Amino acid sequence: MNKFAEQITSEIISNKKVGAYHHMVFSVGDIAKHAKPGNFVAISIGGATSSMVLRRAFAIYRASDRGLSGGFVELVIAPHGPGSIWLTSLAPGATINLVGPLGTAFGIPTEPVKALLVGGGYGSAPLFGLSEILKSRGCRVDMVLGASSAMKIYAPLEGKRSVSSLTITTDDGSVGTPGKVSDVIPNLIANNGIEIIYSCGPMGMLEAITKIAEEFGVMHQCAIEESMACGIGVCMTCVLPIKGEDGVIRMLRSCIDGPVVDGSSVIWNSKRKIPEGTWGAN
Amino acid sequence: MGCKLSFDYATALGSANFNNPIFTASGCAGSGKELSQFFDLRELGALVTKSIMVKPRSGRPTPRMAETPSGMLNSIGLQGPGIDTFLENDIPWLREQGVAIVVSIAGESVEDYAVLARKMRAVPGISALEVNISCPNVENRGQVFACNPETARAAIEAVRRNIGGELPIIAKLTPDVTNIADIAEEVVAAGADALALINTVLAMVIDTNTMRPKLAGFTGGLSGPAIRPIAVRAIYQVHARLPHVKILGMGGVASGRDALELILAGASATSIGTATFGDPTACIRIKEELEALLVERGFNSLKEAVGYAHREATQ
Repeated sequence: MNKFAEQITSEIISNKKVGAYHHMVFSVGDIAKHAKPGNFVAISIGGATSSMVLRRAFAIYRASDRGLSGGFVELVIAPHGPGSIWLTSLAPGATINLVGPLGTAFGIPTEPVKALLVGGGYGSAPLFGLSEILKSRGCRVDMVLGASSAMKIYAPLEGKRSVSSLTITTDDGSVGTPGKVSDVIPNLIANNGIEIIYSCGPMGMLEAITKIAEEFGVMHQCAIEESMACGIGVCMTCVLPIKGEDGVIRMLRSCIDGPVVDGSSVIWNSKRKIPEGTWGAN
Repeated sequence: MGCKLSFDYATALGSANFNNPIFTASGCAGSGKELSQFFDLRELGALVTKSIMVKPRSGRPTPRMAETPSGMLNSIGLQGPGIDTFLENDIPWLREQGVAIVVSIAGESVEDYAVLARKMRAVPGISALEVNISCPNVENRGQVFACNPETARAAIEAVRRNIGGELPIIAKLTPDVTNIADIAEEVVAAGADALALINTVLAMVIDTNTMRPKLAGFTGGLSGPAIRPIAVRAIYQVHARLPHVKILGMGGVASGRDALELILAGASATSIGTATFGDPTACIRIKEELEALLVERGFNSLKEAVGYAHREATQ
């Protein structure tokens, strides 16, 4: 349970605009050493007199404990709300309060397998670090990145080099194959003998991938996203109905029981309702 | 500061004594394990558990949360494992930590409160019982016992009759009433030893894109600094009416300065809730800040500062 989580003052090392996103690097000391792909950090927003009382959670894009000034994490941030706009407006040298590493991580197979990594929008962030680890274990890694338009594809050069194939889809067809990531996944599974899918992105996308994974009988680990207040497992706002190994559906916290979960265990499309049979449903 | 060494930070609620006045707020400390990653729980005056009900409860569907200016709405709906699992799993671990424990209970009926009190009667190692009769996140607002003097009294009487022994009862009230001091008088007459003021304030956010209420449960409880002046007012009014009844104050405390405000209004201890969501170590920071502020103002003990804002104008 967040065994290595720390709360620290972190300095911004760099902040660069990349397409619709900001690539930001934060000095984090030992947090980098313990961060695994799928983990996230939670950052205070707006300074000491902020009226935004809750942290913002960001999946770790990459982490390294070998920076010039110790460990650092890299984040890919979409400035779409007042909190993320404030954060992305900060210059290098500014400090923020950061808690991490938080949550569950993607499981790494012990044997070399054929893996497909699927990212939607800035949801692609944790997949590049994951890809590097999988490659170092002898896995074949194919990647699909999708977004509404070209500007919203986050696919850095080094990321492209770390995979065997990269397929891009956009809703408007401004780059890659027009359509959704789910349109191209079946062929990739069939042609490349995919054994496991790792995904991160909007809930609708994760649900669609879960269906495909079940059809083809491949494993599917996904990083889910639900609005959170605390990020550390105390507020119970970010819950999701998840079926346990005992067959019982429970409202689990996406921050601490997730964000990485087995796609087939999630009861999808359960916004605004508690699925029938959920433990303690009233 | 030399005098800091002799500063007496201890406090009491009913017959229960605590090392310091900084508690967690019900429903804001998980099982205790999550926060123990960030600080030693023994640093707390007490850990107040999430409100536990008779049976397991899934709580409300999502979305359960909406951030608001200087606050947030929650609509959890008392998700929890039920009293039996709670007593079996959560309490033994907390007892091992050596932290003072205040168990919070919530019922759907007067009989539920009686059942919960009977279950708690034989549990060792508990400092006090918080009786939550004011959770706003229930399907039927008629269930908010603390909105009505008769139902508030009935729930507290049911606990008093069944709890036995010396375990102090802290009745948790809502500010969503015409006169909170009237309700406070009722529950004290019914056997409450102390009061917890205030629960979250019933509120709503409408998403202007979907043009529907943002929360699945439509309404939620507003917490955070936005409600602090309401908490200060409620504590002040109740302390004025019932100066001998101890108050556990809460509502938007995010700093030692905020905690001091509640103490001056009449609280003998303060619970930290929403501040922990933004800052996992908020309780420890606030504890240190409050002590420094009290010493700075020349108080020799916390108890001297309780209700100090009520003193005569000439003082």
